[in-house]
Amino acid sequence: MGVALTRSAQWTAAGHGTGTLEITPLNEAILNEIIMFVESFIYKHPQEAKYAFVEPLEWTTELDASAFQSGYVVSDSTVKSEEVDKNGQPLLFLSVPQIKIRSFGQLSRFLYIAKGTKLKEAQACIEANRDPVVKILGSDFGTMEDDSAALNILDKITKDDDPEREIKMKLAILLKQLDLHLLNQSLKHLSLEIHLNPVTVKRHIELLKRFSGKGEETVLESIEYTSDYEFSNGCRAPPWRQIYGEICYVLVKPHDVETLCITCSAEGVFLNGGKADDEREINYERKGEIYKDLVTFLKEISAKFSENMSKQEINFDEEQQKEKEQFDAAPKKEEAATNHKARLGSDKTTYQKNHINLAKTQMTKRLEPSLNWKTSVDIKDRKSLVKDSQEEKHGTRLDKTRTSISPGRAQLLRKSIEKPEEIISESSSESEEDEEPVDHRQEANADLPSEYWQIQKLVKYLKGGNQTATVIALCSMRDFNLAQETCQLAIRDVGGLEVLINLLDTDEVKCKIGSLKILKEISHNPQIRRSIVDLGGLPIMVNILDSPHKSLKCLAAETIANVAKFRRARRAVRQHGGITKLVALLDCAKNSIEPAQSSLYETRDVEVARCGALALWSCSKSYANKEAIRKAGGFPLLARLLKTSHEDMLIPVVGTLQECASEENYRASIKSERIIENLVKNLNSENEQLQEHCAMAIYQCAEDEETRDLVRLHGGLKPLASLLNNTDNKERLAAVTGAIWKCSISKENVTKFREYKAIETLVGLLTDQPEEVLVNVVGALGECCQEYENRVLVRRCGGIQPLVNLLVGINQALLVNVTKAVGACAAEPESMAIIDRLDGVRLLWSLLKNPHPDVKASAAWALCPCIENAKDAGEMVRSFVGGLELVVNLLKSDNKEVLASVCAAITNIAKDQENLAVITDHGVVPLLSKLANTNNDKLRRHLAEAISRCCMWGRNRVAFGEHKAVAPLVRYLKSNDTNVHRATAQALYQLSEDADNCITMHENGAVKLLLDMVGSPDQDLQEAAAGCISNIRRLALATEKARYT
Amino acid sequence: MPRLGVVLSRKSKCAEATLDMDQKTLNKLVESISKTVKSFKKSEIECLIQLFDSLVGKTDRRFGSCGIDRNTFRRILHSIFGMTNDMLMNRVFFAFDEDNDNYINVKEWVKGLSVFLRGTFEEKLKFCSEVYYLNGDGYISREEIFDMLKNSLSQQSSEEETDEGVNELVDITLKKMDCDNDGKVSSADFTKAVREDRLLLEVFGPCLPEAKNCLNFEALAFRNIMTSRF
Repeated sequence: MGVALTRSAQWTAAGHGTGTLEITPLNEAILNEIIMFVESFIYKHPQEAKYAFVEPLEWTTELDASAFQSGYVVSDSTVKSEEVDKNGQPLLFLSVPQIKIRSFGQLSRFLYIAKGTKLKEAQACIEANRDPVVKILGSDFGTMEDDSAALNILDKITKDDDPEREIKMKLAILLKQLDLHLLNQSLKHLSLEIHLNPVTVKRHIELLKRFSGKGEETVLESIEYTSDYEFSNGCRAPPWRQIYGEICYVLVKPHDVETLCITCSAEGVFLNGGKADDEREINYERKGEIYKDLVTFLKEISAKFSENMSKQEINFDEEQQKEKEQFDAAPKKEEAATNHKARLGSDKTTYQKNHINLAKTQMTKRLEPSLNWKTSVDIKDRKSLVKDSQEEKHGTRLDKTRTSISPGRAQLLRKSIEKPEEIISESSSESEEDEEPVDHRQEANADLPSEYWQIQKLVKYLKGGNQTATVIALCSMRDFNLAQETCQLAIRDVGGLEVLINLLDTDEVKCKIGSLKILKEISHNPQIRRSIVDLGGLPIMVNILDSPHKSLKCLAAETIANVAKFRRARRAVRQHGGITKLVALLDCAKNSIEPAQSSLYETRDVEVARCGALALWSCSKSYANKEAIRKAGGFPLLARLLKTSHEDMLIPVVGTLQECASEENYRASIKSERIIENLVKNLNSENEQLQEHCAMAIYQCAEDEETRDLVRLHGGLKPLASLLNNTDNKERLAAVTGAIWKCSISKENVTKFREYKAIETLVGLLTDQPEEVLVNVVGALGECCQEYENRVLVRRCGGIQPLVNLLVGINQALLVNVTKAVGACAAEPESMAIIDRLDGVRLLWSLLKNPHPDVKASAAWALCPCIENAKDAGEMVRSFVGGLELVVNLLKSDNKEVLASVCAAITNIAKDQENLAVITDHGVVPLLSKLANTNNDKLRRHLAEAISRCCMWGRNRVAFGEHKAVAPLVRYLKSNDTNVHRATAQALYQLSEDADNCITMHENGAVKLLLDMVGSPDQDLQEAAAGCISNIRRLALATEKARYT
Repeated sequence: MPRLGVVLSRKSKCAEATLDMDQKTLNKLVESISKTVKSFKKSEIECLIQLFDSLVGKTDRRFGSCGIDRNTFRRILHSIFGMTNDMLMNRVFFAFDEDNDNYINVKEWVKGLSVFLRGTFEEKLKFCSEVYYLNGDGYISREEIFDMLKNSLSQQSSEEETDEGVNELVDITLKKMDCDNDGKVSSADFTKAVREDRLLLEVFGPCLPEAKNCLNFEALAFRNIMTSRF
């Protein structure tokens, strides 16, 4: 009992003595057990029940004297039991509220009397008597620590010549049994709860962190540790708190609750006393219930959390599973061998299925963000390949017959799986999926190529030779075809990578050079890259960047350039200070101050800078690295290098710039360093790759208007236009068309492009091009067609047909651009006729059903000029079955752009009376009214226009009033946008035909606002405002007249 | 080698002693050497001559007479340039000793050091082929390679195994170096292979000092110039 009470029961943290038992399920269970023990004691052990305790158990009771009846002597405020000990003292004595009990018999009875308050009384008793055993049996029998202590007690009892010794002994044994029982019970109880450990806690917190931040969608506003320091055991709690099983403390700010300070301990998660700003220490006291983990806790506390969590649940679970998968990867491998044999049955299939599913989700996820045309390799195909290889991997141990897949095929599989990773990691910053590729260790029993054995021999000399032997082995190794995967993997599989990396840590310059030369070659292989990172090669290489030997710097930088093709590696480079060192390599002038000592293995400074740029290019694909490059002062250096004329140098430099240009704040640096000028200059280079990267960089930068002008001023548009004529190199074509697209956002540039006949060429590129190119071409045409002459030009060149044909695609980016281009063309009646003939309007209309809001919005915008310019537009619109209902229902969208575009479309649709009738039937009025409370000026303008159009039918004016659309509209007049003013004034003019609306307007102060509008230079606005005022005034006059007659 | 340390530290005293000596003779010697050895400044040559004198231990007034014998030279190679291979140290001595009189005279000393410290790739290539007995139409046979490489593997379990290992290493080396496949490495083979891959310069064992040791030596030998510069 003693042990259970001190060890298992959860006392409040205030320490011994005054402590109170907390109300926890565990404590309750313990108390219940004790009560059961005591209650049954009188029946089970009548003899021992009479034994008088050495000292009474004494506590404050809530029971009244009146509760005691037969067997007790009851007076006003005291109760004595009739049962007495051998000295005549009563075994129970109550002097309200203090109670003293001296036998189990009396305890049993007391609990029986207490009835409903048993639990409370038991708790009070235990709290007041922290060492019940001592009181019962005497101080000799203090808390029984373990079995040997128990024996001591027994010993003592036997030796003692106490007449009660037998009873005492029996009691001691009984109490000991109870203690064990309690411990067992509490153990059961504890094991029911999932025990947390630092790793799970950390994982949970990291995961939650990922889903936290500003905005409506996140689960939390923020979640942070209170301490940055993590002990080696994964805990963040101070050591003296770790004793209590506490792991860490987090500050959590949910959306709807104040910041919470939460303790994560091994037993669970609970709210603690919080942390005041001026105090360093946290108030560790527990303030609430214990929950099994953070998520459960937060769900309980924050409604918003549980709401958003249920939305994110799938994501979260997926992440968690993935994490777990990664986390468990290592032990799983070991397990696999044993487990697989064990669960040959149905388990196996689910296990594999899980694996495959995981692979699938990762695959598709990886594919999604990249619009790269290269990835259009059949996804399905790849999936099955992954499946194959997975099965192959898991299957090998299960049944040997399946390993008979020829090595050739296995290799083929391998290649096709790695390809996508390659492509993606090289394409753009967005696709940074850090995915571990399937590992292909060569099976020992497979037929190994002769290179394998030769390489193994060489590695032996690397390991066991002196410098001379090592250098010979290194040089000989380079005679193998290191570009070949067999050799690359052979080096790794015989343990060569470790040795090569170890060599980098020695003082031997020659060994380092030899080793790096090999690493540089084999790191083209994605698996080798990962192994190099896993073996800790990057920090060593980063250190070599400081070496006085230029050739060593070069080689290290080049190897880093190869290795840093995936996120984990890039992060490692940054974390070891690699970015700063690489940026320093770019500084040719500084590098030239070298020690007088000459070496055989030196290269030119330019080469050093080139290698530095190459490595930065790889690294710049991670956002944080871009920032690091900027901080290290990389941009001025890159700008300086851009002025050189070495193509080898320019490609990595421009490549780095292009990667960095994807972020807006770096574009400013690029502009200020006069980089555009040199990019334009290099467009004229002979080198296709350089042209490609320059065009790509311009594409990224030209989001900015000033940059677009700079490109024009430096004469960049002409080379861009002429590069359009060479369509063989698709990557370059994609980059060039991209640059043209972005540049053509400026009107002056469009004029130039027309001059250079670029528009005709662009139309020619509308067919037979990969999607990558098409997106940009169509985007460019969309911009160009904002001008009348170009629309005519596109029509004359036969551009309408291919554009309309593209409306059936599935590429989202392409669809957005195509709809925009078609919309732009539709502004010209003759082109519109062609679009109508090709059934383009129907295609546009069906895009309203596209799941992506951008496409929906773009399609709706495009429909506006179509309806405006089509002959018999009303008839055409009606011919689309269900089309009008579709449009009206889009008003339920929550995307502002979609809403604005649909309002614009409705404005055009409503020009036809019959259609207006139909959409009114579909409930357009309440839907529009519901949107009225918005602050978005674009939406306001189109909404007001739509309302003013829709007023033209039936009792819609009245209906708008009834749906409370009028008052918000009046507020639109306070906007800063004249377009909003005009549309609103017109809508109000229409609405003011109804008397009730006039009253509402007047009440909301519309008259004064409208009076101001009358003074506007905009005629339409003047007219509408005046009309509205006149309607209001007329009503007022009519009322007055009515009053006086 | 404590003696060398003492010698080097004593150098400054000697320099004082020589100051009042026949400065003209010294200048003459420096002048004549600087005609053949371009990589050192005159002041540096002067330092090297003084170092030579103190190493030879002559205190008489004739500069650069006589020379360093093989044992002294080997001690220098060992303690200052960190070489350990006995056979190769002997060979380096002979490569320094151009006139084959078993002494390195002052001219040979300065010239040899210029290759050691400031040598271009071509100079070092020539030096190495001399060390490996490759000058002229000489060649290295399989057995000689074995001799030179036999110590380059860390001692494995038994001598036999080590021998086997060295034999394989020799095979690998031959494959790499023997460009004309005649089973031996000729001067032409050597030059060709090394030109292709500079790492192979000391393929048969270290015979050039490491950069670090060179820097140390220069710091020690030219310390007078360096200190006087400040």
